[in-house]
Amino acid sequence: MSARDRLRPPVAATAGTLLPGFADPVLDAQSAFRAVLEAMARPGRVQRLPRPPAPPAPILPAAGAVLLALVDSATPVLTDAGAEAEAWLRFHAGCPLADGPAEADFLLATGTPPPLAALRAGTDEDPQLSATLILQVQALEEGSGWRLTGPGIEREHRLRVAGAPPGFIAERTANAALFPRGVDVILCAGDRVAALPRTTRIEEG
Amino acid sequence: MSTPMPESGYNFAYLDEGTKRMIRRALLKAVAVPGHQVPFGSREMPLPYGWGTGGIQVTAAVIGPEDTLKVIDQGADDTTNAVSIRRFFARVAPGLRTTERTAEATVIQTRHRIPETPLSEGQVMVYQVPQPEPLYKLEPRRAETRRLHALADYGLMQVKLYEDIARQGRVGSSYDHPVMVGGRYLMAPSPIPAFDNPKMHMSPALQLFGAGRERRLYAVPPYTEVRSLDFEDHPFEPLRANGHCALCGARDTYLDEMITDDRGGRLFVCSDTDHCATRREEKAA
Repeated sequence: MSARDRLRPPVAATAGTLLPGFADPVLDAQSAFRAVLEAMARPGRVQRLPRPPAPPAPILPAAGAVLLALVDSATPVLTDAGAEAEAWLRFHAGCPLADGPAEADFLLATGTPPPLAALRAGTDEDPQLSATLILQVQALEEGSGWRLTGPGIEREHRLRVAGAPPGFIAERTANAALFPRGVDVILCAGDRVAALPRTTRIEEG
Repeated sequence: MSTPMPESGYNFAYLDEGTKRMIRRALLKAVAVPGHQVPFGSREMPLPYGWGTGGIQVTAAVIGPEDTLKVIDQGADDTTNAVSIRRFFARVAPGLRTTERTAEATVIQTRHRIPETPLSEGQVMVYQVPQPEPLYKLEPRRAETRRLHALADYGLMQVKLYEDIARQGRVGSSYDHPVMVGGRYLMAPSPIPAFDNPKMHMSPALQLFGAGRERRLYAVPPYTEVRSLDFEDHPFEPLRANGHCALCGARDTYLDEMITDDRGGRLFVCSDTDHCATRREEKAA
């Protein structure tokens, strides 16, 4: 039995009650996916999720929506969000919880994320087998801050990220050098998302 | 907002949610690695492989009730494949609007053409792809082509183009002419005419490609470099029949040749029916 297939028994919710997931699992997942697809296709453009769920703290509504739209029994998830958040995720998405950063397809970081170099980057033949890091930050604002260039960006997009982990740009630059391998990052703040696919070059503004 | 049940009793947009999530995850990775073919678990659809099952599965994973869908087959909205796919989604995706107008559409599923009307940022193109591997005719072993893509070793294709030029004086592919995406991946543009290749370069629309039988999907993000493969001394030339449309008179569109009788009578008409009809309406007004 591989680590990938191993399911941990669901952790009992500490609060006793489980918060709901998407109000409409079909259409809300579709609208959340479209926002993420748009964010990934146009790095640095901030998308608002129209109908996010209200996940338990510290998961933000945007991060909860991204996870419920994308993860299921086929995708091990690693998170630092705590037992209640894990129980919510296990109940609504049915995803296994990964043992470590190297086993996870999706990582949700509510605090300092594990180093990008510890995450799966895929292989040269299968660069799609890489991890997606969902990173919660304080605020996302277009128009100032980081200068982003690359596919999906006509000239330059500016993105101000409040609360990015220290040293993130340097780590991200080292990771981007692995192209076509590499980790894709989805930034979440409140009900808003922006993405940094591995192709995006970031310069401090 | 609650999900209105499709008439048939199927889930919204036919596919089950697990399949949609699998395709959605693959699409996000495809966008992150432009031009790279991502394997996916292609499902059986209620029409045969070769009829656009890859494109349909991508469209089903992407569309919602707020979308307006246009489907074209060789540029035409009124051919069998286009009509049946449009009708399929109208039945299984309640709320979804369909249109024949390029400018009104948010999702455009296509077989073998890119519309003449320039695309915009709010649009998603979904291409039906019969053979996603551009090297297939030169190297049929999938394990080997995967390695060639990993190494970005596209010498085989350069030699093929060189041999075309040496034998016929020009590059031999008038459709499905291979392109380099973002300077890294060789990609099959699906069998669109070479005339349409330049429209992929720095397109404001997101372009998604689905190959159902071959179980691969890939993507070109907006504003991404897409170069048709060529040589400095034999630059790529988008081919076009030398004529004008018999209906709207256009001299800058891609033309279909129509045989009108058995005595050699022939004429050209626009392949893009919506563009041609719009031009004729504007003339009449």
